[in-house]
Amino acid sequence: MSLTGRSAAPTYGAILLRGLLAGLIAGLLSGVFAYSLGEPKVDAAIAIEEANSQAAAAPAADGHSHDEEDPLVSRDGQKGGLFLATALYGVVMGGLLATAYTLLRRRLRTSDDSRAALGLAAAAFVGLVLVPWVKYPPNPPAVGDPSTINQRTISYLSILVIGLVAVWAGVLASRSLRAGAPEWLRLTAGLAGFLVVVVIGYVLLPNIDEVSDTFPASLLWNFRVTSLGTQATLWLSLGIAFTALLSRLGSRRAAAAEVPEAESVPV
Amino acid sequence: MSKVQAVRPLNVPAVSVRVLWTAAAVVAGLLLLAYLVAFDQGAVSQSGMFLHELMHDGRHLLGVPCH
Repeated sequence: MSLTGRSAAPTYGAILLRGLLAGLIAGLLSGVFAYSLGEPKVDAAIAIEEANSQAAAAPAADGHSHDEEDPLVSRDGQKGGLFLATALYGVVMGGLLATAYTLLRRRLRTSDDSRAALGLAAAAFVGLVLVPWVKYPPNPPAVGDPSTINQRTISYLSILVIGLVAVWAGVLASRSLRAGAPEWLRLTAGLAGFLVVVVIGYVLLPNIDEVSDTFPASLLWNFRVTSLGTQATLWLSLGIAFTALLSRLGSRRAAAAEVPEAESVPV
Repeated sequence: MSKVQAVRPLNVPAVSVRVLWTAAAVVAGLLLLAYLVAFDQGAVSQSGMFLHELMHDGRHLLGVPCH
C-alpha cells in the first residue's frame, strides 16, 4: 500500500459526520412517511385501546399513559415526538453505517465506494428490519400484553443479532466457493448460508402472538405494512444520502490530491 | 472474484488502533442513544416517563416492542 495514496483518504471523523447527517435526513424523511401514513393507524388502534379499557370495569393503571385521563404527553405531542424518535433512530443507524463502512470497506470486494455503501445499507435493512419483521411483526397500541414486555424486548434484540449474523453467514458462504464459481452458484450458497441461520433463529426463539380475537385484522395488517414502509424509507434514504455525501467527499479529495495514485488492494 | 484490484485510492482511512478505539466509543454512544429512543423508561434519561411517552408513536412505527 502506498503511503501517498493514504494521505488522500478521508478520516473516520469525516465519514462519521456524513453518516450522522445522512441518518438525520433519513430519520426525518421516514418520520414524514410514518406521520402521514402511520399515524391514522395509531389513532385508530388507540381508539380501540380506549374503548377496551372503558369496557373493562376497572381499568388497569399500567403506568402507560395514553389511555389515562391526564396523559404525560398529549396525542399531538406524541405525533411531534414521532419525528424526534425517527430522527434520533436515523442518526444512530447513520453513525453505525458510517462506522461499519470505515471498518469493513477494505473487505468489500468492489472498487466502487457507492456500491460498497449501498450494499452495507441493504445488508443492514435485511438483517435489522426484514428478518425481525417476519418473526416479530410490529404491533400497534392495544396489541400486546404489558406483562411480557421484558421477554418480548429480549426476543426482539436476539432477532436483531440473528439477522445480522445471518447476513454475515450468507456472505461467508458465497465467498467460500472457489474463485471461478458461476454467479448463480455463489448466490445460491449465499442464500443457503443466510437461510440456515434465519431458520435456526426462528425455531429457537419463542413465538409471540398476543393479538386479541377482536382486534381488526385489516388494521393490524395495515399497521404492520406501514411500519415496514417506515423502516424501508429510513434505510433507502439513509443509503442514498450517505452514498451521495460520501461521493462528494471523494471527488473533493480527488481534486485536492492532484494525481490520485492507483492502489492495489489484496482482498 | 477473489482478488480485486482497486483502480484508484480507497476512500477510507487505514484501520489503526486509534480508529478502532474511537469507533468503539462512538458505537457505545450510539447504542446508548438507541436505548433511550427504543427501550428506556426513565431509568437512564431521568426524565420520568416523559421521553418514553414523547417517542411512543415512533417506537411503534419503527417496530420496537413497546407495551
